[in-house]
Amino acid sequence: MSDTFAAFISIGFHGLAFAMVLYLISVGLSVTMGMMGFVNLAHGVFAMLGGYVLTSLMSRMGVPFWLALIAAFVATALGSLILERLLYRRLYGRDELDQVLLTMGLIFMSVAAATYVWGPLQQPMHPPRWLSGQVDFGFRSFPGYRSFLILCGAGLVIGLWLGLERTRFGMKVRAAVDNLRMAQSVGINTSRLFALTFALGSGLAGLGGALGADLLAINPSYALDNLVYFLIVVAVGGLGSIRGPFIAALLIGIADTGFKYLLPELGAFFIYALTMAILLWRPRGLFGRA
Amino acid sequence: MSIETLPAGNALALESRGLCKSFGALTVADNIDFRLERGARQALIGPNGAGKTTFVELVTGGLSPSTGQIVIDGADVTDLPQAARVKRGLARTFQITALFRRLTTLENVTLAIAERDGVAGGLIRPAGRHNRVIEEAFALLETLGLAEDALRPVSALAYGRQRLVEIAVALGLSPKVLLLDEPAAGVPSGESGLIIEVIERLPPDIAVLIIEHDMDLVFRLARRITVLVQGRILVEGPPDAIAADPQVRQVYLGEREHGRGGR
Amino acid sequence: MATEGLVRPRLKPAPRAPLAPQQAIDAFARRHRYRWWEALPWLAALAAYVLFPSYIPLGAQILATILFALSADLVLGYAGIVTLGHAAFFGTGAYTAGILAAHGWGEPISGLLAGTAAAALIGFVSGCIVLRTTGLTLLMQTLVVATLLYEAANKASWLTGGDDGLQGMEVWPIFGQFRFDMFGRTGYLYCLAVLFLCWLVARHIVHSPFGRSLTGIRENVRRMHAIGAPVRSRRLIIYTIAAALAGTAGALIAQTTGFVGLTFLNLDRSGTVLIMLIIGGVGRLYGAFIGVPLYMIAQNRFSEIEPVYWYFWLGLMMIIVVVFARGGILGLAERLRR
Repeated sequence: MSDTFAAFISIGFHGLAFAMVLYLISVGLSVTMGMMGFVNLAHGVFAMLGGYVLTSLMSRMGVPFWLALIAAFVATALGSLILERLLYRRLYGRDELDQVLLTMGLIFMSVAAATYVWGPLQQPMHPPRWLSGQVDFGFRSFPGYRSFLILCGAGLVIGLWLGLERTRFGMKVRAAVDNLRMAQSVGINTSRLFALTFALGSGLAGLGGALGADLLAINPSYALDNLVYFLIVVAVGGLGSIRGPFIAALLIGIADTGFKYLLPELGAFFIYALTMAILLWRPRGLFGRA
Repeated sequence: MSIETLPAGNALALESRGLCKSFGALTVADNIDFRLERGARQALIGPNGAGKTTFVELVTGGLSPSTGQIVIDGADVTDLPQAARVKRGLARTFQITALFRRLTTLENVTLAIAERDGVAGGLIRPAGRHNRVIEEAFALLETLGLAEDALRPVSALAYGRQRLVEIAVALGLSPKVLLLDEPAAGVPSGESGLIIEVIERLPPDIAVLIIEHDMDLVFRLARRITVLVQGRILVEGPPDAIAADPQVRQVYLGEREHGRGGR
Repeated sequence: MATEGLVRPRLKPAPRAPLAPQQAIDAFARRHRYRWWEALPWLAALAAYVLFPSYIPLGAQILATILFALSADLVLGYAGIVTLGHAAFFGTGAYTAGILAAHGWGEPISGLLAGTAAAALIGFVSGCIVLRTTGLTLLMQTLVVATLLYEAANKASWLTGGDDGLQGMEVWPIFGQFRFDMFGRTGYLYCLAVLFLCWLVARHIVHSPFGRSLTGIRENVRRMHAIGAPVRSRRLIIYTIAAALAGTAGALIAQTTGFVGLTFLNLDRSGTVLIMLIIGGVGRLYGAFIGVPLYMIAQNRFSEIEPVYWYFWLGLMMIIVVVFARGGILGLAERLRR
């Protein structure tokens, strides 16, 4: 197998894993922003929380991996629910600037809180033994954890898409994203729907942050460091869409991995230029509504 | 961008020729040939979903037609954006009041007059020194009975008076064509009398098109009525003829005569 | 005239005595006249110069940052354009002036003008791209522009010094006479003079018809389109002007501190200027004069002691201001006055 081909396979593989993590984290943001029009810059905080919960439970309390994942999901979902009821509620329909500043304030507080509780250093992530090592796919072998990440991510994505298309909850979500006032007028309790959607989206973000803890390092400035990437996925994908961010995450994930591999001097330059070009061409994102 | 100018003496203030708009398979405007004469007092009515909003947006430039032309005072404006059509003499009010809420009533009207006179982009002279503009704005407010609210922010005014300010802002543009989009919508009945009165007293050389649901208002104010159904003009004529028309009666059968609501 | 044809008198008697036209005009004209209290910030700045000699270098930085925040207020508070990338112009001005001074041209005034012009250019070009959109997309584009410039500055380390920052700046005396001394006295007065001039410009813009129309754009864009206003070109003009002033501020800091680093372009810089503005009050011209000194003095005292606590309380304060005290300190003052 030639070197370039092998390199491309590698890039594709690792890029896909990265894309899965980005998608899991960002899809909740896309849906809630599309539904409520609320600019939530602090979404990364939930991903960070999931990562911290997983790493703390596993390393300090020896909790098994799968259990820690569930805990990460539940903790972030609950936490986000409390945050939404207490704080976010007050700002629906307010100026965009107010929402930006509020969520930035939350990011700052999260940086301080994380430093205080867990210290300034990156949390090491040790995948469980049954997932480490290599997996042989016949033509070549891949790192076990990344393979698991891709499979797990794919499973969650399919579950998400099915859930949105087939369940009543999913139907209500789609209706509310499409036209909030209309959804209210047909009797959907949009306030409760939004809280649930927000919790689900944040829980997914926590899960994504936990699963991707070795790709996106878990440290106190997580929400700040990765803010641009999450926002790019959502803006390029299109608000309110769940397929759009997937395509965007694939683009970003593979392009980012590819460039780090092949042209590290360019760095993230290309991604940003690409984002700008796409947003110029399609201001609402690839799958946003016109 | 072509601008045809028909010979002077053309009596039409606003015209649409073969205006069509479709969203995919859904046709919301179907070959509308609409005429509004100079000095007209015309109403556009129709059941909910008839396409009245779409027509207004097509005329003002909020939407581009699939085919067809919009002509204002003899000039083809189909390719012109919203702001350019305003410069050609088109002014509108919005169904849901769209004013500069935190600015004063006087300031709201001043902004419109300043745009009309082309001084609104000025950077040299302070706004406060443009006496002529401010005086004209104030005089306009006086004639509409809004003078005592001149220095109050519009958000502090009763809703009925806010609707009047909407009309004042549109008048400040010295339009040739005035589109009033449900001028009395949402106004408590005690306050709507003043609005009706103001519309009755509008300068006779302005062509006025009123979009309305309230039939009382329509029959009181309009000299000519256009009925729009499913994106097409069903029938046009003086109020008595429209009231007696069996097709119109059928279309409105089951709808309350004073119905309001979305379209 | 629009009033021809309306001849009948008003139906109802007026509830209040009608306002004479001259009163209305005076109320308008009064707004752009100078009030006595507008001299206070300048007197305070001069007093600080005399009373706190050891804080003069910090004072110079505060003055330059006030200019930065003022430029952000024009864009944010007056035109209603929410941007997370205003530091792009600040950094451009700083690097331009800095690179000139590090490569043999240390004349301060021309360096300042060069920084302003460069920032204006970047502002115009990016504005053409960015201002086609609104909402989240606009926010993203402003962020992307700033991040692109950051990456460019990082990669071009042969020119900018990269991570280590620009070294070897040599700024010549102003007008050949006033040397930048190590106590920062020249720097302080230099910043004060430039701030004063730029403030005059900003104040004039705000009270001009152009400035009033910006308020209209902020309040109701739909309405502005419907009265025939060229919204896009107005926004582009103010965006460019604000970028230019931000560049001036950046050049000031570069020249008075002798250092330019990548942090001049980062998200933190763009974010902090928003914070300083909201403390003082957005869209009121003087918010910058109140918010910036408060923030920078507090930061100077507390963030060294315990950076963790500083971030925590800063974040908490931002949340409290947004939820309870919209309009910042000036907004509170307005409400108390009623």
